[in-house]
Amino acid sequence: MQENQIVFKNVSFRYQEDQPWVLKNVSFSIQSDEWVAILGHNGSGKSTIAKLMNGLLFPDQGEIFVHGIEVTPETIWDVRAKVGMVFQNPDNQFVGTTVRDDVAFGLENRGVDRLVMIKRIKESLEAVSMEDYLLHEPHRLSGGQKQRVAIAGVLAIQPDLIILDEATAMLDPRGRKEIISTVNNLRVETRVNLVTITHDLNEIVDADRVIVMNEGEVWIETSPRELFAKETELRTIGLDVPFVAKVTNRLKDTVEFSEQPLRQKELIDTLWTFHSQT
Amino acid sequence: MDISFTDVSHIYQQNSPFEYHALKDLSFSIPSGKFVAIVGHTGSGKSTLIQHLNGLLRPTKGTIEIGDYRLIAGEKPKEIKGLRKKVGVVFQYPEHQLFEETIAKDIAFGPKNFGATDEEIAERIPEVMRAVNLSETLLERSPFDLSGGQMRRVAIAGVLAMNPEVLVLDEPTAGLDPKGQQEIMDMFYQLHHDKGLTTILVTHSMEDALKYAEHVIILEGGRKHLEGDVGEVFTQKQTLKEVQLDVPEVIQFLMDLDERMGIRIPYEKQTIDVLSNQIKQHLKARR
Ligand SMILES: Nc1ncnc2c1ncn2[C@@H]1O[C@H](COP(=O)(O)OP(=O)(O)OP(=O)(O)O)[C@@H](O)[C@H]1O
Ligand SMILES: Nc1ncnc2c1ncn2[C@@H]1O[C@H](COP(=O)(O)OP(=O)(O)OP(=O)(O)O)[C@@H](O)[C@H]1O
Ligand SMILES: [Mg+2]
Ligand SMILES: [Mg+2]
Repeated sequence: MQENQIVFKNVSFRYQEDQPWVLKNVSFSIQSDEWVAILGHNGSGKSTIAKLMNGLLFPDQGEIFVHGIEVTPETIWDVRAKVGMVFQNPDNQFVGTTVRDDVAFGLENRGVDRLVMIKRIKESLEAVSMEDYLLHEPHRLSGGQKQRVAIAGVLAIQPDLIILDEATAMLDPRGRKEIISTVNNLRVETRVNLVTITHDLNEIVDADRVIVMNEGEVWIETSPRELFAKETELRTIGLDVPFVAKVTNRLKDTVEFSEQPLRQKELIDTLWTFHSQT
Repeated sequence: MDISFTDVSHIYQQNSPFEYHALKDLSFSIPSGKFVAIVGHTGSGKSTLIQHLNGLLRPTKGTIEIGDYRLIAGEKPKEIKGLRKKVGVVFQYPEHQLFEETIAKDIAFGPKNFGATDEEIAERIPEVMRAVNLSETLLERSPFDLSGGQMRRVAIAGVLAMNPEVLVLDEPTAGLDPKGQQEIMDMFYQLHHDKGLTTILVTHSMEDALKYAEHVIILEGGRKHLEGDVGEVFTQKQTLKEVQLDVPEVIQFLMDLDERMGIRIPYEKQTIDVLSNQIKQHLKARR
């Protein structure tokens, strides 16, 4: 096993003994500096996976490794030092009474030097366009502003593994694109693992790999391109494909696609070529 | 119910160092039975606006009329309970509206508070659970021991159980899976249609605004930037860009098809199947 991997080995989990299994024999691994998106219907187990990665929950069966450390009650502090996670509802994770204190909290916890801290607070809030809100109360922000601040908190601590659990669900499409590309650039520069959990099909087009969950099991692990060709199957498990893929899949009987397009530009380029060939 | 805002401003934490002007001189009116979308960039004032519709927030300046109810700056509103009975609000974060020990009690809370009998409530619970596609086996579970999307569904079920006349939805599909997003929006639309509701949808999905609403109001910095018929507003790329919004994906695609290939297909709310056939016909005609 490599140092910088995240590994799930035959993990099963249920919240209570008298309740059904929420994860069933889940195995996958995430390479260092890889961006993996996790998709799946409501209740398919995505947030549970995120909480297991961070030692907020522990598997009933199987093992989980984060950068070589097995996640157990004894190692959670070592694990959490490596992981930065944004929860589905940011209200659950605010601790500071101002935006500045909130971002500072994670840095103080990690014993970051004061001067470095000031710099990182500034940079991370700028990265999410919230630098004008330093002294605002996190709980009195708009829905999207809360998500931006929660993301800044994670960027500031520069973790080895970033987990975003529907962390951009309240942002407008443009804001979503900007924030995701900021995080992704950071991943490329600093070689961190990035795990994004989302229902936004356009958000995953740049991911290296997609893990699709269905009823607590891994349904498929694949690339976005290959996934988007499986429209009919995805619909049977409550999912769908983005607009570009839908149009593409319906044109396949007329137009030849050398590969599944991910963006509008790729689709129109193919149509243009097809139509100028004659 | 007819809704109108006249010169409405809202200032949070007035006369404190944190004073914030979230709405500025806002005027518009929504006739009874309309489906209206409110869109705008993060922090533009959408949630602030809709929280005035059931009197959760009061105007700092101006007047709001909702049917026979009036909210006037500086005056204590009368009959706020009557207003809340008629205006059902689905909040942006479901956690903000869930609080009971069990899902069943949570859904029952609204109707009970507004005088529904136990029998009526017992009838409505399975109906609304079905409408949001949740299994009745969950009824005795705590609403907080659920996944994010399941919590969203419970919050929606609670509002449906009140049988409101005005449906106010603040990002109701955030957290739902793709199938759920479509089913729940279709369900709202059906309800809007069948019961003649007045529906106000706050959304970041330009696609949903285009698909379900008749009229759209764009907010920017607490002011009204633009309002109009969805078809007209959502083709104005430049105006939308000024407030950091984009035209819906399908409109952008049709614009690019026209610009790059001279293929001109008007947007008429056609399904993807129909749209794809139109593209095929254009491609074949050229060969
Ligand atoms: N605290 C809890 N106690 C008991 N059951 C829970 C708890 N949290 C989640 N569950 C159940 O575990 C299953 C998986 O939940 P999880 O939150 O992992 O789903 P998810 O894939 O993140 O869904 P969503 O897309 O709705 O956020 C669901 O059936 C849910 O009801
Ligand atoms: N309770 C509050 N106290 C002080 N300021 C607030 C409060 N709630 C919101 N604001 C501020 O008012 C402005 C409008 O917020 P609002 O929640 O209405 O925005 P929104 O359009 O719903 O945004 P989003 O799309 O992010 O949900 C924001 O700048 C926000 O910071
Ligand atoms: Mg979840
Ligand atoms: Mg809002």
